[in-house]
Amino acid sequence: MNEIWAGMAEAFLLIWSLDADLIDITLRSLQVSLSALVIASALALPLATWLAIRRFRHRRFVIATMNALMGLPPVVVGLIVYLLLSRTGPFGVLGLLFTPAAMIIAQVIIITPLIASITHQAMRELWSDYHDLLISLNTTHGQRIATLIWDGRRALMTAALAGFGRAIGEVGAIMIVGGNIDHVTRVLTTAIALETGKGDFALALGLGFVLIALSLCVNLAIHTLSRTEREGLW
Amino acid sequence: MIRAILITLTVAGTAASAETLRLAATTSFNNSGLSDVLLPAIAQDIGLDVQLLVVGTGQATRLGQSGDVDAIFVHSKSAELAFVAAGYGSHRREIMYNDFVLIGPSGDPAQVRAATSAIEALQSIASAQATFVSRGDDSGTHRKEMALWATADHDPADFAAWYREVGAGMGASLNSASAMNAYILADRASWLNFGNKGDHSLLFAGDPALFNQYSYLPVNPERHAHVKAQAAQALGNWLVSPRAERIINGYEIGGEALFVFNARP
Repeated sequence: MNEIWAGMAEAFLLIWSLDADLIDITLRSLQVSLSALVIASALALPLATWLAIRRFRHRRFVIATMNALMGLPPVVVGLIVYLLLSRTGPFGVLGLLFTPAAMIIAQVIIITPLIASITHQAMRELWSDYHDLLISLNTTHGQRIATLIWDGRRALMTAALAGFGRAIGEVGAIMIVGGNIDHVTRVLTTAIALETGKGDFALALGLGFVLIALSLCVNLAIHTLSRTEREGLW
Repeated sequence: MIRAILITLTVAGTAASAETLRLAATTSFNNSGLSDVLLPAIAQDIGLDVQLLVVGTGQATRLGQSGDVDAIFVHSKSAELAFVAAGYGSHRREIMYNDFVLIGPSGDPAQVRAATSAIEALQSIASAQATFVSRGDDSGTHRKEMALWATADHDPADFAAWYREVGAGMGASLNSASAMNAYILADRASWLNFGNKGDHSLLFAGDPALFNQYSYLPVNPERHAHVKAQAAQALGNWLVSPRAERIINGYEIGGEALFVFNARP
């Protein structure tokens, strides 16, 4: 129990003194996870919406696969991305292993199915409401997807925040493809793993509290910016 | 769209690689805190930004084989010689040494303190069936432990539940040993710099069999043309320089020197 108090004190000290290393790894955590979120959303939102409005032969199979991929073990994704990006792998010439770019790629793979599944669920219900209207207006597929995405933006935000939550707290994959290099690929979660390994639990826990606070701040910021939970607007 | 993403990724990936070198180093090099004093000195003297990948010796040699790092810094002589013999490393340079120590609960249920050799110490642990934590991660420390068990005529595969392979780095394994009240083989530097000693103490050391040599091996540019051979050469020259000698010999924790420089220039 003492160690938890020591961790809280350490977290407070780190934030209060604006520790340069802490700011560095916090910004990198944000950079990696937000980049992954933007790319994953750009892929998942249109794809999941398209899946909601299109009927085709193997639709059920595709949706089941997408849902199953939500449970992708990050450490396996990390290992596969590692082998692909290694110098002996097919994309070795790009020299991306042990860079933030490799970490972003791994996180995109991990969170895209999650965002897509939640989006698809929301869009399917929205589509049953909008179905007759959009078809009677003789809209194109592109217009239908755009309308659904815009009108379902609250649900999509939940999907995106779930993806962000999984990305920012993830350690298995980015440890393997990033390598936890100081000032290059060290982020909050890998730093916590490192400090735990050194037996410095107070610092590890301090970083943990910073990570939780960061996650809260991002969620609050997005909610504030998109003005949810306000009378007349939600 | 996809091309734009790829370009962004490539730019982001290469932007940070001005004059940098990737070094895969054993966990003890980092857990001991030595890297925290050596790397700034290297940056200051030869302007080289060393990016440290902290892994076990087994993984370090794998990274070197596939050309994902420019050089490795490890401690397992047989693996190093094989690495050079197979042409993955251009040469091997001995830099410094310390020693392995046996750590255990201060109460010492297996009477390791009374042992006269490392082999005897391990044998008394085995006959007392005292809980023992093994790294189990194919690191230099793990290989040393395996070699010691083999010399003591024991095969860890036959041990009962008192022998626990945790499959983790030095620090994490020390944490486990501390929590399980277990014996463990560690390198002296990691032990001295470890923050969660609890009721554990150093019980046995000083047997020549526990000698622990660290070496530097640049990855062979003939096998991987993209490695930064010049930077790796510069770092190798710096590591055997008098300045490196002063820093390595002068690195102390609690008044105790951790490493002894033994490179021949």
